[in-house]
Amino acid sequence: MGSNMAECHPVGFQWVMEAKRRGATVIHVDPRYTRTSANASLYVPIRAGTDIAFLGGIVNYILQNGREFREYVTAYTNAATILREDFRDTEDLSGLFSGWDPEQGAYDPASWQYEGMVAKPAVGMREVTVPVGERDGHRGDEPEPEQDPTLEHPRCVFQILKRHFSRYTPEVVEQVCGVPAELFTRVAETLCQNSGRDRTTAFAYALGWTQHSVGVQNIRCAAIIQLLLGNIGRPGGGILALRGHASIQGSTDIPTLFDLLPGYLPMPHAHHHPDLDTYCRMDAPPGGYWGRMREYTVSLLRAYFGDHARADNDWGFGLLPRIDGDHSTYPTVLAMLDGRVKGFFLLGENPAVGSANSRLHRLAMAHLEWLVVRDLVEIESASFWRDAPEIASGELRTKEIPTEVFFLPAAAHAEKDGTFTNTQRLLQWHERAVEPRGDCRSELWFMYHLGRRIREKLAGSSDPRDQAILALTWDYPTRGPYQDPDAEAVLAEINGYGPSGPLSTFTELKDDGTTSCGCWIYCGCFAGGVNQAARKKPGREQSWVAPEWGWAWPANRRILYNRASADPQGRPWSERKRYIWWDATAGRWTGHDVADIKADMAPDYRPGPGARAEMLLRGDEPFVMQADGKAWLFAPAGLRDGPLPVHYEPHESPFDNPLYEQRANPARQRFERSENRTNRDRRRFPYVLTSYRLTEHHTAGGMSRFVPFLAELQPEMFCEVSPQLAAERQLVNGGWAVITTERSAIEARVLVTDRIKPLRVGGRTVHQIGVPWHWGNRGLARGSSANDVFPILLDPNVHIQETKAATCDIRPGRLPGKEA
Amino acid sequence: MRPKVGFFTDTSICIGCKACEVACKEWNLVPEDGLNFLANSYDNSGGLGADTWRHVAFVEQRGPDGVRWLMNSDVCKHCSEAACLEVCPTGAIFRTEFGTVVVQDDVCNGCGYCIPACPFGVIDRREGDGRAFKCTLCYDRLRADLEPACAKACPTKSITFGPVDELEQMARSRLEELRAQGEERARLYGLPDAGGEGVGGTASIFLLLDRPEVYGLPSQPVTPTRRLRRGWEAAAAAAGALALGVVAAVLGGRGR
Repeated sequence: MGSNMAECHPVGFQWVMEAKRRGATVIHVDPRYTRTSANASLYVPIRAGTDIAFLGGIVNYILQNGREFREYVTAYTNAATILREDFRDTEDLSGLFSGWDPEQGAYDPASWQYEGMVAKPAVGMREVTVPVGERDGHRGDEPEPEQDPTLEHPRCVFQILKRHFSRYTPEVVEQVCGVPAELFTRVAETLCQNSGRDRTTAFAYALGWTQHSVGVQNIRCAAIIQLLLGNIGRPGGGILALRGHASIQGSTDIPTLFDLLPGYLPMPHAHHHPDLDTYCRMDAPPGGYWGRMREYTVSLLRAYFGDHARADNDWGFGLLPRIDGDHSTYPTVLAMLDGRVKGFFLLGENPAVGSANSRLHRLAMAHLEWLVVRDLVEIESASFWRDAPEIASGELRTKEIPTEVFFLPAAAHAEKDGTFTNTQRLLQWHERAVEPRGDCRSELWFMYHLGRRIREKLAGSSDPRDQAILALTWDYPTRGPYQDPDAEAVLAEINGYGPSGPLSTFTELKDDGTTSCGCWIYCGCFAGGVNQAARKKPGREQSWVAPEWGWAWPANRRILYNRASADPQGRPWSERKRYIWWDATAGRWTGHDVADIKADMAPDYRPGPGARAEMLLRGDEPFVMQADGKAWLFAPAGLRDGPLPVHYEPHESPFDNPLYEQRANPARQRFERSENRTNRDRRRFPYVLTSYRLTEHHTAGGMSRFVPFLAELQPEMFCEVSPQLAAERQLVNGGWAVITTERSAIEARVLVTDRIKPLRVGGRTVHQIGVPWHWGNRGLARGSSANDVFPILLDPNVHIQETKAATCDIRPGRLPGKEA
Repeated sequence: MRPKVGFFTDTSICIGCKACEVACKEWNLVPEDGLNFLANSYDNSGGLGADTWRHVAFVEQRGPDGVRWLMNSDVCKHCSEAACLEVCPTGAIFRTEFGTVVVQDDVCNGCGYCIPACPFGVIDRREGDGRAFKCTLCYDRLRADLEPACAKACPTKSITFGPVDELEQMARSRLEELRAQGEERARLYGLPDAGGEGVGGTASIFLLLDRPEVYGLPSQPVTPTRRLRRGWEAAAAAAGALALGVVAAVLGGRGR
């Protein structure tokens, strides 16, 4: 669901095909019948933006029919945990949870907490959710949440969950999603039958789940299903996040995100985090592996600042940058449009084509003083000042654009050494095949030499704002004709060093300044001074888990939370699904993978006074990153839009919410302004619009539209419509259509296909239109950018745009000025 | 003599990614074949030709159970009785030590006889060049003990390269597997006893999920030189008969 794996991850999809050959059932739920559907055992068409209604229906099916894996759920999730008395569900408040502040347009999540304990989140919104000074944590001297192992207490998570999802019946699924109740039930039953002690089921998702105003909650809902069915931490189970590009996993691990430091440490906040102690106390629970946050942070500061990070200067914590709000892409570009952002770096990104409301991005970049673009070719974001559609229309005039554009050609992946980190958290090293040509250089070269030159210019400065840059360790060995930094030296720095050389694993990290580590979860990738990511032992020469192919974080563990593959006593749930288990004779965990629990922690271990971090959790608690060692069916903290998923309509939808008075996600981020207006009139914009990618192109096209072998395979922007919609709007296969929203209008060639099926929703027919978003005005294959017509409207947790479900109108013909 | 090698293209696991088309073009430096939106499902290459040596066909079918989307990566069949080779007057087209059929572009004079001869419509002349081009089954790679680029790039192993007799076994057992799963319309194509009768068998075996015509493949391809042979044989027989008649007449005359 939410993924077109065959088209967007064809290399990974070979394993789905292999599983299918061996008898696996492959189900594809998607608004469009794609090349993935063509290869699935069962295809289920769904209305775009209704995934939670569908998934919630499965949750309800499991709970109403007693199909949950009861022992797993009771032992390993927070199903038994009792919630505070003042919590109110969407059932009680017409689609809102308790804590909603209509004036702030935000939730106060205090009432979502456990009874008897404040649980801190392992990820997400950490610092604001937990009032400072309130009792937190778990065990030892700390309080414990109240539990009811019978799962009968009316305020226990299991009962709350049951009540919350009770209205997501097969009939409601049909009414909301347009999926016939019988077809839905077949999917739910298949999942239940294929889960339990002997069998496991996996979900794979991609941007079809994330790019929604409820993106995070879509995935949360899948997590609830997988936990109820016992499909997490076990072979063949899990939720596979198919990432949007090669190494996007890597770029969140070592982040390009404004609110994270490496290893998912939060970026310090200007007001909440005056010093390291407050930062660690506020943002990490005492129990579990986040209990070592101080070790991770001090080691990172030692890697960043070397001897400038000392005990007497709070380990240089004050040198780190601070955030004071949402500095993600879209608010930054809106600030640019208002003249408040002067300069912009674009490295491997083409917002003039690839960002929602791409027209607004082009207008915004025309307000910059300077812009640096590093890419393989001169993409639309580098040339907008002379050839954007707005230049042609006269809205922008080249001579009036003040932006000074620096275009720097970039080396391609075959021209540089480095790693890709894939969705399995697997680091795979690749060698440079050839030196880059001409002025093309690697990203590493650019960043290193830019930093070197800035440091030379700042040398001797006593200005406080320059001190962080001057304090950086910036001493990488270089190689080759261009003085390229040695990528292995960078990986070794990320791995980290202790007094006796390269570290082996993150539990060796200390907070006394004797260790340095660029990213705690990557610690061990250079263990023994050997590049572990470069290992390429063929699968046939090792076990089926293939631990000697590359290196997976953390600790070369291939399945996270794999303690859950054994029962509370440490025995495999079944012979067939044996993965790791407790060897009582040896007093250790053993099996096919590196155990995701302290190797000698017995299943009957119970924490005593004085225990900390992972020793605060019990030997039968597999979710070692969580404050309470349990997987969260109900999220008491960390989310901005509620502790449980709720079906809300997309921001733009032809329908009211049939389930609640609250129509759309109340916490969604809105930026209503003349350049970013919402489609309000449903009669003017009656159709559902969803964007997607094709196998033949890569994202915003910089790597594909300029290459003849790829450009010719999908040479023009097109839209996919059903024969019924084509008849309704006189659209002709192979002809032209104009798609209109309040943001803009684009033109596209028409592809009429039975693969797009009109759905019956709420008693009437709804048409969906598909638009690939690869094209722009440059390259060999050109066309309108689909993103021109989508709004900037964001999920509140991760600030991702809702481009998988919007509304539009469609008419035959071409844009003015383009008529033949 | 090396074993004859070729392709087994299993369309039941083809995901239509076109990696074969791209890998072929990259390796063999085949030029771009036109930036034309064809409004024919996801097919914008149109078919095999001088500048497209692998072509993925996309067939959308509407049935009682909803939509079915068939995909097939088509390629030169490297026929055992290769008409292109037989009609080539310059000897530019030859049979390699691998049993495959290759055009030598430095010998081809662009006469074009091979084009109407091919019963599959595979070979064609390159516009602006005039010479004939088609799949070489990566002759240069075979000589370096490498598999053809398309097979190498195929992520699902829908395209398998190997000795034809092994591929035939593989194809037959895969067909059985699919038939057992209820794929009633599944069939093999390109074998001496299945769709390849008229060309003496091929080095490109296909497992199709419907009739060949559905994918744009001829159902009964025949090497046209067979007809020529029959023509010559008939002519020879007639000439023989005539000669016999003459002989008989002469002899009979003598006996008179």
